[in-house]
Parts: sequence; structure tokens; C-alpha cells
Amino acid sequence: MIKLMKGNEALAEAAIRAGADAYFGYPITPQSEVLEYLSREAEKRTGMVVLQAESEVASINMVYGAAGTGKKVWTSSSSPGISLMQEGISYIASAELPCLIVNVQRGGPGLGTIQPAQSDYFQSVKGGGHGDYRLIVLAPASVQEMSDFVKLSFELAFKYRNPVMILSDGALGQMMEKVEFFEQQERKFDKLDWALVGKPKNRAHNVITSLHIKPDKMEEINIHLQKKYKLIEENEIRFEEIMCDDADYIITAFGLVARICTKAAELAREKGIKVGVFRPISLFPFPSKQIDSYSKKIKGILDVEMNAGQMVEDVKLSVNGKVPVEFYGRMGGIVPAPDEILEALENYIAGGKL
Amino acid sequence: MNVETLDTIKTVVFEKTESLLDVEMHYCPGCGHSVTHRLIAEVIDELGIVEETIGVAPVGCSVFAYNYIGVDFSEAAHGRASAAATGIKRVFPEKYVFSYQGDGDLAAIGTGETIHTCNRGENILIIFINNGIYGMTGGQMAPTTLPNMKSTTSPFGRDTKSMGYPLKITDLVAQLPGTYYVTRQSVHKPLNVRRAKKAIQKGFEYQKLNKGTCFIEIVSNCPSNWKMTPVESNKWLDENMLPFYPLGDLKVPNEKEV
Ligand SMILES: Cc1ncc(C[n+]2csc(CCOP(=O)(O)OP(=O)(O)O)c2C)c(N)n1
Ligand code: SF4
Repeated sequence: MIKLMKGNEALAEAAIRAGADAYFGYPITPQSEVLEYLSREAEKRTGMVVLQAESEVASINMVYGAAGTGKKVWTSSSSPGISLMQEGISYIASAELPCLIVNVQRGGPGLGTIQPAQSDYFQSVKGGGHGDYRLIVLAPASVQEMSDFVKLSFELAFKYRNPVMILSDGALGQMMEKVEFFEQQERKFDKLDWALVGKPKNRAHNVITSLHIKPDKMEEINIHLQKKYKLIEENEIRFEEIMCDDADYIITAFGLVARICTKAAELAREKGIKVGVFRPISLFPFPSKQIDSYSKKIKGILDVEMNAGQMVEDVKLSVNGKVPVEFYGRMGGIVPAPDEILEALENYIAGGKL
Repeated sequence: MNVETLDTIKTVVFEKTESLLDVEMHYCPGCGHSVTHRLIAEVIDELGIVEETIGVAPVGCSVFAYNYIGVDFSEAAHGRASAAATGIKRVFPEKYVFSYQGDGDLAAIGTGETIHTCNRGENILIIFINNGIYGMTGGQMAPTTLPNMKSTTSPFGRDTKSMGYPLKITDLVAQLPGTYYVTRQSVHKPLNVRRAKKAIQKGFEYQKLNKGTCFIEIVSNCPSNWKMTPVESNKWLDENMLPFYPLGDLKVPNEKEV
């Protein structure tokens, strides 16, 4: 089924179709349409629980509780709300609970602006809450991917017993595009051996906890988590390469910005500069090797983001000094235009930096 | 008693209930947490609902409740037990879900969750242990600490002018239309233990009616941080806590409905 839809509505529709069991959320611009759409559609269509919580702190802890039963649960919010959730996310990661968290980012810091930004990259990819943990982070670049990644996120969350974050932004949330939806999946429930479902006679009681008071046990848990993250790094790297084959320069960008950069690359090619775009789709795990594979073939990398330069650190780590990496960014809710990106690239080249 | 005489005792007069697990508890001697745990385990066993019960215990001395009560159990973040319990109950409406929370947890950091859980009338049982102090972190002032009562952060006694008044949150939630059964009990004397057990039993049984939140406050002690012997602490509870937090039902269901 093809529909013209807002990104936020596509998220909600996809969750209904993916057979999600429950959503807990709190209104915040620019993603309130998620809760609104679900409130209209979800219960009557699949029986999915939709609950407006009293805060994001409550919603993430409702997710924590419900995810402990092995049901498919999720929440969404925008930057300040996601900040409030961090303690809960850390608990969820530690207790290894599958769930989906969507951040439709807006500009910060502080209350900031309701316009789109990508300034929560560090928060999403590097931890955000306390302790050594990782989320699987997927960055959609279209309304189509807002839908597709919901299904994928639930699959990954259950495969690895790990929280998954879709890191989107206000522009993707608000803009309308054509989206082709996957078929409605049945809401079915498999009793998982670790989950809280009520203790039958033939097993000990199950416990969901992130508390391991003895340091040797806590270290063991950490080692286990790190092993899991390694496995995720080995298996779940996702990226898109656009015009990279013959490129002299590569622009790295994630999410919507990668599409704007593709336009910039086309403009560059019209001028005879061979530019490609590399778009990390999974921000954790990060496609370091794939970016590095261009190190010997190109003259330089321009990283473009809607922030002060966050993913660029990972790009630099990936190439480890083998090729120059420069940065161009807009902040505070400003979306860069293709011509200014091209201009930035040309300036770096003219200045001998790239 | 020597081993020989022990061996000759054949008649078992009293046994630990099955769902109270056979492990050493970390609670201090005389602490009300252990008695309350036993009552919960007994009620669950007597109602025969082990397979249908899920518990939630947040940070606080009782965070290890899952080591002692043998039902499927979730730890929760400080203050968030009722939100976690809401999540569980919403996806498993047919289960018995209960939370077990201290006063710091339920009436300070988690006040918002407590009020809203009760106001939504979530069909869960909230068991609220009010010992007037932060036990786990070593005796700091709680929202329920009595006026002039000493704690490590009110070393000269709680001065209500600057530290505010003890919060009678149970009275507050009783006002909410979402609550179905609200009562205040204690476990410091045998008679009170029996009454508390009855209340806990009702709290579980009412869940099947889907009429709203059941909320049971247990006025309890903390001998360690009150710096008293268990006996002294129970006497102090009687003389100081109970006049301020009087025992009894604050909201009872209409008998016809039950
Ligand atoms: C977010 C957060 N803040 C503070 C703490 C520290 N802390 C742990 S238990 C506790 C208070 C416990 O008191 P109460 O809830 O009354 O339970 P009790 O230990 O007395 O049974 C505090 C402040 C924490 N674990 N998490
Ligand atoms: S510190 Fe207080 S509340 Fe905690 S176990 Fe000891 S007596 Fe009980």
C-alpha cells in the first residue's frame, strides 16, 4: 500500500503494522503526531495499548516494565524528552530489554527550538545515560525509512535483547512523502524464557534487574554486554554509498542531511568535481571500515551535519589520519542548503585543506 | 537443644510459606520489611496465584525483594516502580501486579508517578513501606520524617519551617477517584500483622474486579537508622509514628460491589 504521509505518522503506522503491543509517550513537538495517530488508529486495529504518560520519565519506565514481559513495546519523543529518559534507557540496556525508542530531534541545547537538528548524535551513539552501554542506532533519511526501520528495529531489538533507537529529526517527522508500507503483521506473543510472564511450577522465578552489587558480578555483566556489542558491530553495519566509486571527495552525512548532500554532490559533478556521498545508516554500529576503505582512493572527506560536529569524530577515528577530514555544519534548527555545502567543499579545496 | 532432640521432633507446627525463598535476608534484625515480605508471600501462596503474579520493587532497602519473594519480579529505578508496574499491567491485564516501595521512593522522587498511577486507577496493588527515613542510603530525611525527628540530613530534628512537613501521601491518594481501596496498617505487633495480612489479601483479590488501584501503607520501622533496638523502635513507632499516621482504612469498597 502506497500512501502520502508525514514521517511521524509513518512511524506510528509502521508500529501498528509491525504488531507492536504497547506504546507509552508524552507530547512534545515535533513528534506529537505519533501519539495522536496511535490514539486514533492503534487500539481499534490491533488492540495495541496506547497510553499518554505523565512525563517522559514515566513513559520510559512503563516501557521498561512492559519490555520485561517480552512484549513489543516502544516510545518516542524529541530531544528534551529523550534527555529525561536517559536513566531509564540505561536500566533497559543493562537489563537487556528489547524495545524501540524514537528520537525526532530538535535543536538544542536547553529548550532550544522545535526546528530539526542532529545534535543528539553523541547522546544516542555514545551512551547518553550512565554506564558503558550501547543502543543500536538507526538514522532514517526518508519517510519510507521511518516506516521500514520500525520493523527492522523490533527485529534487531529482539535478536540482541537490546534497546534500539531510531534517530530522526523534526524535518523528517513533519515532511510528507510517499511511503510504501509492509503488510500488517499479526500481533503474536511468544513466551521468552527470560521474561516476566508469571512463574510456572517447573522453573525458578525470573528476575529483571540491572543491580549486581558485587563488583565481580557487575564486571561479568559488563564483559557480556561488550561481547554483545562486538557481535552487533560484526553483523549489523548498514550504510549507503552514492556516487562513491569514482569520487575524489566524499561527503559523509547521516539522515536527511545525506539527501541534501547528494544534491550538493550532483552540483559539484556539474562543475567537474567528482564528489560522492557516504551515508551511515547504522550510527551504532558505525561503518568505520567501510569509510576507511576510501582512505587510499580519495583526496579528502567533508563531514556535514546539523550540529557543531559530532559524527565527524567517528569519521576521523575511522580514517585515523590517512585522509584529511573537514566539517561543515549548521546548528540550532537551520537546515543547510546544497549550494552552501558545495561552497564549503570548494573553499576547503581551494584553501588546500582537502 | 541438641541434635538428638531435634531429630525426634516429628510434628511440624510451623513452616515457611513456599514463595518466601529459603535464603538469608539482608534486612537488619527487627526490620518491618522482612515481616511484610512474608505476608506478601503467604497471601500469594494462599490465593494460589504464583503463576499469575508479577512484582516490582524499586531502589531502596527492599530492592532485593526479588531475592526473597519467589514470583517473577522486576527491579525498578528509584521512584518509578508504579510506572514500571503500569507497563506490565497494561500488557498483561490478566496478571496480578504489585509494587513494593519505600517512602523516599513513593513520596519523594516518585511522587508524580504515584499520583498519576493512582489517578489513572491502574489495577495494581501498591504496597508502601513508610519508615520515615531513607534506609538504604543510611538514614537521611524522608518526605515522611516526622517534625523534629532527627536524621543525618536533619541532625537537629526536622524543622518544618525550612524542610517542609511530612507528606501524608496515603491521605492524598485516597482522595483520587482512581483508587479503590486505601488503607494504613503496621506490622509491629501480632494483631497488626494479622490485620496487615488481611489488607494485603484484599489488595490482591480486588485486582480481579478491575475497579482501580489498591494502596496499602505499612507504617514501619528502621531500627538501624533510627539507632534503636528492634524493641525500642517498635515502641517509638507506637508512640510517635502512629499518632501522626493513624492506622485504619482510608477508602473501602462498597461491600455490595465486592
Ligand atoms: C536516581 C536516584 N537517586 C538516588 C538514589 C539513591 N537512593 C537509593 S535508595 C534511596 C532512598 C531509599 O529510601 P526509601 O525509598 O524510603 O526506602 P528504604 O530504603 O527506607 O526502604 C536513595 C535516595 C538512587 N538509587 N537513584
Ligand atoms: S536500614 Fe532500616 S529499612 Fe533498611 S533493612 Fe535496615 S532497618 Fe530495614
